[in-house]
Amino acid sequence: MKNIKWSKTTRKNFLTYGLVILAYVVMQILGGAGLVSSSLKGMLVPICAYVVMAVSLNLTVGVMGELSLGHAGFMSVGAFCGTSTAIILQDSISSAPLRLAISLVVAAIFAAIAGFLIGIPVLRLRGDYLAIVTLAFGEIIKSVFNNLYLGVDSRGLHISLLSDRTNLGEGGKLIIGGPMGIGGIQKISTFTAGFVLIIITLVVVFNLVNSRAGRAIMAIRDNRIAAESVGVNVTKYKMMAFVISASLAGAAGALFAMNYSTFVANKFDFNTSILVLVFVVLGGQGNMLGSIIAAAALTILPEALREYADYRMLVYAIILILVMLATNNPKLKSWMDRLKSSHKKVKEVA
Amino acid sequence: MMTFLNFLISGISLGSIYAIIALGYTMVYGIAKMLNFAHGDVIMVGAYICFYAISRFELPPVVGVVLAIAVCTVLGIVIERLAYKPLRSAPSLAVLITAIGVSYFLQNAALLLWSPNPKVFPSVVGDGKVELFDGKLTVSHVTIVTITACVIIMIVLTLFTETTKIGKAMRACSEDKGAAQLMGINVNATISITFAIGSGLAAIAGALLCSAYPTLIPTTGSMPGIKAFTAAVFGGIGSIPGALLGGLLLGVIEIFAKAYISTQLSDAVVFAVLIIVLLVKPAGLLGKQIREKV
Repeated sequence: MKNIKWSKTTRKNFLTYGLVILAYVVMQILGGAGLVSSSLKGMLVPICAYVVMAVSLNLTVGVMGELSLGHAGFMSVGAFCGTSTAIILQDSISSAPLRLAISLVVAAIFAAIAGFLIGIPVLRLRGDYLAIVTLAFGEIIKSVFNNLYLGVDSRGLHISLLSDRTNLGEGGKLIIGGPMGIGGIQKISTFTAGFVLIIITLVVVFNLVNSRAGRAIMAIRDNRIAAESVGVNVTKYKMMAFVISASLAGAAGALFAMNYSTFVANKFDFNTSILVLVFVVLGGQGNMLGSIIAAAALTILPEALREYADYRMLVYAIILILVMLATNNPKLKSWMDRLKSSHKKVKEVA
Repeated sequence: MMTFLNFLISGISLGSIYAIIALGYTMVYGIAKMLNFAHGDVIMVGAYICFYAISRFELPPVVGVVLAIAVCTVLGIVIERLAYKPLRSAPSLAVLITAIGVSYFLQNAALLLWSPNPKVFPSVVGDGKVELFDGKLTVSHVTIVTITACVIIMIVLTLFTETTKIGKAMRACSEDKGAAQLMGINVNATISITFAIGSGLAAIAGALLCSAYPTLIPTTGSMPGIKAFTAAVFGGIGSIPGALLGGLLLGVIEIFAKAYISTQLSDAVVFAVLIIVLLVKPAGLLGKQIREKV
């Protein structure tokens, strides 16, 4: 057999694909054998959505190196646009998977547009100021969707802000009802769709990171001035990463929303952004596999702690603090490094 | 005209509360370079302590507030010691996540200790009102006390950081921790004191906030916390006068947006103004623009 030498990143990327596919196959087999509890079954699509969210935020935080506290805003844009599309197309396209696919694409496009518009002011700022502006945009998006009314009737789409002035004709349907959000959604999101979306996300992100553009983005992260001085267009590459990250989050939002029969804009608030950020930081910045594992584990953890009922979120908080303290403990770190280097030595000898 | 004045006064009153909270954010940021997201929840703890002291143990309001300040100061020091101090040299994102963990912890501990049922907070200064211009303009006692408290806190804090030894140590640490240590300043103790002051201020803010808006639930502190954080950035994070200016402006803008634009979209307006200000002045209104050296 020919010995193909893969680079470390390629090996790691294939490992990530492999593990995701393995997890999907195992879940399908267990599901087929009836071994999956109903509560876990209900969480499969949200887990997929959060995994995509975590990977897309990792593109912003880990690869581009900018802290975003408003990622749930893009999720919200995707959720509202995607679900609206699905409801509008309900009668014209009967195949649910096709409708879902079209909705996800529309969600991604709208979120990308939002990402581009928000990116123009945001990417001019740096550090904590950039973080606070993304937080502000997340809150603005939430407020706007909380007051947006969208209806459809034979004359087309009607949009109004603040109060319901859509004046729908006969047979018209109110899709977005302001603070009531979207109701009457057909639950067309499936675990398979979520799995496909994760794979697409990974392909997009890995290919971006390993491309010329990706190297430029990482060069900007490591040293903006040096990158600029060798002719890297900072705004262009940052915008590229930000827009791709936003569009993936939009698709994740649509997938997430269509797993429920109803949702409101407040679902995608600051806390959701923070939740996804926790996945990214715990999984390791720039480490996509870590993000996936952290997103899946931390979505299941509060459920797994259900027997402690009231104490579960308290336990969750304590675990979060302890993990952060442990992973940043200098003693533990040097011990881990020693372990790693001795492991390497063994390999070299062999 | 009178309605305008009324709105302006309630805006300044709300802004004063934001300013007091923002002071805590800005001082901690200035010295520890961390976004302390748990600050909003310290406000909530302070408000609960004050609530129980006044309505359960029937202590006079002043004692209740002092008790809340004492508890929050200790809480601030404990949080700093246990959660933030071990992460002094860790990347800032790790500290941020830990702060979020502390915030979750406080909220859920409050949920268990004090139940999610909303409490009706008794005003610490009574329900009195002052009527001006033949009753056309009414100013509640809460408003007067809030604004006065904010002014006093600002003056005391400015004098404290400008003249006292600890205050000077704080300024030195925020400028250059390494150099401060070489000059014999105990950096760890200084950071602890900063947290203590910030948390004590949060307790005052909690009592005033809940006197003006009397519903108290375990998440009471989060939205004012975020707004005050915005105010701190607005004025230039790390700057004490900036926190005052940012807080006041934010409060006034919020009340005017509620009155003249739309109640539901007021938050959106506040954040939009923040974005515009940061685009024109990327380091906030009074923030120092640090030049990058290559």
